[in-house]
Amino acid sequence: MSAALRPAAEPPVLEVRDLDVAFETRRGRAHAVQGVSFTLHRGERLGLVGESGSGKTTTALALMRLLRPPGRILGGEAWLGELDLLAAKPAALRQARFARIALVPQGAMNSLNPVLTCGTQIEDLLQAHGVPAGGAATQTRIARLLDGVGLASEIARLYPHQLSGGMKQRVCIALAMALGPSVILADEPTSALDVIVQKQVLRTLIAAQKTLGAGMVLVGHDMGLMAQFAHTVGVMYAGTLVEVGPVRALFADPRHPYTRMLIASLPRFDRRRHFVGIPGMAPSLFNPPPGCPFHPRCPQATARCAAEIPQEQILPDGRRVRCHYAQEPALAA
Amino acid sequence: MLLEADSVEVAFGGGISGGARRLALRGVSLALPADQPTILAVVGESGSGKTTLTRLLLGLLCPTAGTVRYLGQDIARMDRAAHAAFRREVQAVFQDPFAAYNPFYPVDRILILPARQFGLVATRAAAYALAEASLVQVGLRPAETLGRYPHQLSGGQRQRLMVARALMLRPRVIVADEPVSMVDASLRATILQNLYGLTVDHRISLLYVTHDLATAYQVADRVAVMQNGVVVEEGDVEAVIRRPQHPYTQALVAAIPPPDPTVPWGVDDEAA
Repeated sequence: MSAALRPAAEPPVLEVRDLDVAFETRRGRAHAVQGVSFTLHRGERLGLVGESGSGKTTTALALMRLLRPPGRILGGEAWLGELDLLAAKPAALRQARFARIALVPQGAMNSLNPVLTCGTQIEDLLQAHGVPAGGAATQTRIARLLDGVGLASEIARLYPHQLSGGMKQRVCIALAMALGPSVILADEPTSALDVIVQKQVLRTLIAAQKTLGAGMVLVGHDMGLMAQFAHTVGVMYAGTLVEVGPVRALFADPRHPYTRMLIASLPRFDRRRHFVGIPGMAPSLFNPPPGCPFHPRCPQATARCAAEIPQEQILPDGRRVRCHYAQEPALAA
Repeated sequence: MLLEADSVEVAFGGGISGGARRLALRGVSLALPADQPTILAVVGESGSGKTTLTRLLLGLLCPTAGTVRYLGQDIARMDRAAHAAFRREVQAVFQDPFAAYNPFYPVDRILILPARQFGLVATRAAAYALAEASLVQVGLRPAETLGRYPHQLSGGQRQRLMVARALMLRPRVIVADEPVSMVDASLRATILQNLYGLTVDHRISLLYVTHDLATAYQVADRVAVMQNGVVVEEGDVEAVIRRPQHPYTQALVAAIPPPDPTVPWGVDDEAA
């Protein structure tokens, strides 16, 4: 069942409202995430895509409450069922992490403990959530988990350095699956991998998400990968979600100029020497431009864009777009 | 041939350092023709030997066996003058500009040093003029870049600076090793367009080394696919992408996500 056809009655597994995150540094405050809102349903895969510095990783870390100073959550709510992740006490968070919301971190290959075997690391996680250590039942469970991500059970006895990048990434996915969470956040889980392995790991990730029926957020920069992974795509720019919508509608008719340019910049196999870049640079978060943050790079910007921050518009197809001209026909690129 | 690797082999390990002897390159032959400027892409995954090959072609590494020739001359046996010409005429653009620049040198020094080294300019004023002109070519504003240090530039600016530095020396060949892999997708097209346009305008041959078959297709005339130190397939880029012959090339082509949600890719069994 595709996410679009889901009965509307079912409540989302994750509902994020007006998430605001800033980094307070000596240079001043960098408002890294501003008013980010989205919902995630059971079985839905949401792709958060943007350039470096757009706030996509910060969003994922804030939801896990893993932001470190100088990063600080300024406001917002993130409802995981009845639990507001952003307000939860440490004990409640500890219970929720991995059991209900799991993270496959960026550079997952370097996030494993080098002095413990992979099996021990999975066992530790289970134990921390009340599963008795040792015993044949646990070993069977670990073997099943590894099997679920396409690894042989012998991997449990090996140390991370004995594994390839793709295998380590799969161990991290197994860890994220171990307690059957209803939400998995995967932060650039394949960007350090070779392309052939990337495709295999993505397949594993999707299979894991389906087995659990979990909602999944994939954070990434590759719009092409999102086209293949996501049911819903959220495009981030300078800390805001500029366009959110069903993947097919968004690719068929992007309504924000930035989304349009991101899609146009993808290399295509039907046209050689067809280079469509996005001129300019992402704005400084310390000193953002007035009005729409994208207006200095936008080919369609008007005086209004430089003066007035666009509010979110909801289009007839349910898409949410932050552009004054979201409902007007697009200019030819 | 302009620049050519002839049956080169590179071994690491073994000898007094111990460890198993491993071949990073096993008899690779590749060439850029001298009669017309050519863009040759070398595509492979990590460990395929593509970076080792660029180091050989730049003369930064000696082959264990085989020969690297520039304009027909073995680069290991050149006299001083020929070697100096080779050094100027074959320029490099590296993946990580941070690792390539001296962090204590501002941009003007990064550009002027090689210009004077190769005797392209006689005076300081001429060197500045050349540096400014080469920055403008890659879309950088001299006033905003010349006095800055590499860490004060954005990733895209640093990468363009490397292209500017290479072009300034009026090379005949540019060897670019993953020039855009550390750059955001939105900038990638702009930098590749710049690199492509300038090599065509100045009739420079380009060896474009990448893991990304999609950008290789955008830029190159020919493509060589490497796996485990061997060129497994080489040919016209259109032919290799449309009708890959080697199973590894076929796997690489299949691993590129179609940027269109209505085209199935095979990572989600239910997707139609």
